[in-house]
Amino acid sequence: MKAERAAWLLVGPALLVIAVFFFVPVLAAFALSLTDFDIYALADLRNLRFVGADNYLTLLATPLFWRALGNTLYFVVLGVPLSIGASLGAALLVNAKLAWLKPFFRTAFFAPVVTSMVAVAVIWRYLYHTRYGFINYVLDLLGLGPVDWLGDPHISMTAIVLFAVWKNFGYNMIIFLAGLQAIPAELYEAAELDGARPLAMLRHITLPALAPTMFMVSILTMAGYFQLFAEPYVMTEGGPLQSTVSVLYFMYEQGFKWWNLGSATAVAFVLFLLMFAVTLLQMRLAGRGMEE
Amino acid sequence: MSMTRELAWRRTAVNVLLVLAALVTLFPLVWMVSVSLMAPGEASHFPPPLLPARPTLHNYDELFGHFGIGGYFVNSLLVSTAATLLSLGFNVGAGYAFAKLRFRGRERVFRLLLGALVIPAQVSMLPLFLILKQMGLVNTYGGVLIPTATSIFGIFLVRQYALTIPDTLLEAARLDGASELRIFRSIVLPLLLPILVTLAIFSFLGSWNDFMWPLIVLTDKDLYTLPVALASLSREHVQDNEMMMAGSVLTIVPVLLLFLGLQRYYLQGLLLGGVKG
Repeated sequence: MKAERAAWLLVGPALLVIAVFFFVPVLAAFALSLTDFDIYALADLRNLRFVGADNYLTLLATPLFWRALGNTLYFVVLGVPLSIGASLGAALLVNAKLAWLKPFFRTAFFAPVVTSMVAVAVIWRYLYHTRYGFINYVLDLLGLGPVDWLGDPHISMTAIVLFAVWKNFGYNMIIFLAGLQAIPAELYEAAELDGARPLAMLRHITLPALAPTMFMVSILTMAGYFQLFAEPYVMTEGGPLQSTVSVLYFMYEQGFKWWNLGSATAVAFVLFLLMFAVTLLQMRLAGRGMEE
Repeated sequence: MSMTRELAWRRTAVNVLLVLAALVTLFPLVWMVSVSLMAPGEASHFPPPLLPARPTLHNYDELFGHFGIGGYFVNSLLVSTAATLLSLGFNVGAGYAFAKLRFRGRERVFRLLLGALVIPAQVSMLPLFLILKQMGLVNTYGGVLIPTATSIFGIFLVRQYALTIPDTLLEAARLDGASELRIFRSIVLPLLLPILVTLAIFSFLGSWNDFMWPLIVLTDKDLYTLPVALASLSREHVQDNEMMMAGSVLTIVPVLLLFLGLQRYYLQGLLLGGVKG
């Protein structure tokens, strides 16, 4: 009995804060998304009306919302595989028996992860500068370019993807490294005795052994990439021609620029449902893959 | 003969690739430092200069003198320190209790918390803003800190680590008549020390780098944290590359040093938290 009281004493404060400042707002969010909460309701709650699914229906008829959804999906579909590919490549290199200075490279690849998104976005905005940017300078040396990275609506989102991959790949690299180190060395030794080439070992030993890690990493990375916000906020302000407006950027402007809190919450819910659906789909696919 | 030659070739390939990748990864950060030491306008040339002709601290003087970045730095330091202390205060006890103490509904509550991890924080943002407004906490650090005080991830992290504490140790202390809170304070906390360091770094870095929520909650410029101030500065001073790089240095370098100093704890936590529950 005393143990039970001590447990609640330790666990209670955290649960209370989570309940009041997370679970209550999440439930309230659903209710809020069914109202026309706007700047008038913010001033006086009597102006608040229940509007049912109106916010959702209006959203579906808003071209910018579809644009934001499309931009975000493009960012996810291009960014997640690139990012995971870079992470896996870096992990394989750092883990290679022939690699020198492993701790240095591991730390170097991880460094961008701990930097502030806003600060590195400021750096990359400058790296991407059409006239003075270093990236166009390198392209110029190779006889290419110049590319208007952040000014061309067809390229701006790809530029943000490349930046995001640079910023994030170190995180999953660490997780892959742990996965690689958990593979028993005997497997490789046996394969080597059989005369297996490195690429064959990668295909038949390493990648299958990493499958569970890959599954977890792809779900977490996907969830992170859906939440694109700070990059366009700092680098492009959603432009040019709204080519980098993400769902969260759209939500932020709806909610905190125009004070349409009801409609902004509906945006948040749509994003959540989308993420949830994609995660379920991934689990379904992975489940089928493992049965085979 | 051919075997050794192939090995040598492979060794070269691996290491050349590593060096190239490290160049791409580190170049933006190194260049940031270099450009921050250039005179105004020096970086706006083609080809872009790699090193300052005459290194100067002019941009830093300007940031501290004209733009009061020292104040934002102190704000960030205050907020991140408070966030770290709050996180330790709320999450450590909870994580330990979920791992080692029996109480009714433990498994169900824990599963509920893990399930809630799929809900992105942004879903709660707008109602939370209204709740905080009602409480008079908008435009205060209280409002910035409240959602970061507890973290399901933090509780999970501590729980995973606390699971490794042997039950016999706790049972022995109970037989000696020690109270549960006494056991927590004098036996458990010292054993949890490594994960406390990990949690502290995660909380500090998370709070230092946090952008969207402080941007929403803080309206008064004087209260801005570094990332919010930097974003606002960068929108007004798109042309002043040298000064913006100095601002980025001030925002990035402190946490980079913190990470370099304590990276063993940080990476350990990343792996512990990444393991599926």
